[in-house]
Amino acid sequence: MSKFKKKKDGGIPAISTASLPDIVFMLLFFFMVVTVLRDSNLLVEQTLPKGDQVEKLKKDRSLFIYAGKPSPRYQKQYGTEGKIQIRDKYTSLEGLPAALTELREGLHQDLQSRVMVALKVDEETNTGLVSDIKQKLRDLQMYKVIYITSPGNQVEN
Amino acid sequence: MGRRATPEVNAGSMADIAFLLLIFFLVTTTIEKDKGIARQLPPKQEDIPEDVIIKQKNLFIVNVNRNDQLLVEEELMELKDLKQAAIDFIDNGGAPAGSPEHCNYCKGKRLPDSSDNPDKAVISVQNDRLTSYGMYIAVQNELVAAYNHLRNRESQRLYGWDFTEMKKAMDDGDIKGAKADDIEEKLKNIQALIPLKLSEAEPKQAGS
Repeated sequence: MSKFKKKKDGGIPAISTASLPDIVFMLLFFFMVVTVLRDSNLLVEQTLPKGDQVEKLKKDRSLFIYAGKPSPRYQKQYGTEGKIQIRDKYTSLEGLPAALTELREGLHQDLQSRVMVALKVDEETNTGLVSDIKQKLRDLQMYKVIYITSPGNQVEN
Repeated sequence: MGRRATPEVNAGSMADIAFLLLIFFLVTTTIEKDKGIARQLPPKQEDIPEDVIIKQKNLFIVNVNRNDQLLVEEELMELKDLKQAAIDFIDNGGAPAGSPEHCNYCKGKRLPDSSDNPDKAVISVQNDRLTSYGMYIAVQNELVAAYNHLRNRESQRLYGWDFTEMKKAMDDGDIKGAKADDIEEKLKNIQALIPLKLSEAEPKQAGS
């Protein structure tokens, strides 16, 4: 009988917090892995147009081109005319092929032939600028483009 | 002097440090999910090919001017009506029964002055250089929506599964092996029934 005797009656035992760091570290590693630190800070305004007939972007084979009018803090220097940004600096239309070729070099070998160009263009830009970019892309034989949109539909609102 | 045992480091604050890092990464994380309208550009041709003659009735001209107004088949139109107009045009199936161009799955009005069949129907978009990009994408989006609507209808009829959903499942990589080949085949069939024929003219210079 004495085997089943209560040892002590010290109330509720304290919960051990020894494993708390482990749990936190687990979460920490998860967020460290999924975090993408922005490699390019935006110099142009980016209000993407809305679209709902969309496909997913394949990130491993994409080159990004940003375009739009310069952000407010650069407008004094560069005006409000639409500009092209690659990586983290402005690029002129003439400099576009060189910049894109350099970007393509950075991709995985097998994917270089299946490269896709993601156009992130502000909705207030003129189509003229976009079609100039597309002409350059055709010169470079990068025929696959994807116009990045934000979710929504322009008809409904 | 005898060597003393090194005192144990207090690990009690480890959780605090980890929390600090955790919060930093929580705040900086942006799980990006870029999506967009994919398009294939036409290859550049060195020599100018002879003009391919497309019958007027097989051509659906969408014109966007610099004030973002739509002119569809020479009539002013609202953006919200564009999808239906495009569906009516593609799905018209005007070729008479018995002719090789006859479209037996079209459910349109079969008007003689609209497209013969979806394979012949070409939508041509003309922009001004000053058209806003937002409008350009809106028009593209509506036209792709029209094609997707018809593809979904055909896909439902033949396989009981939406074309867009089938495509999404393939892109997500949910389907593997023999089943993937089967679906690839089905996608190809639908794309052959309703081919996406969107042509884009070079934007006109402003003012012309």
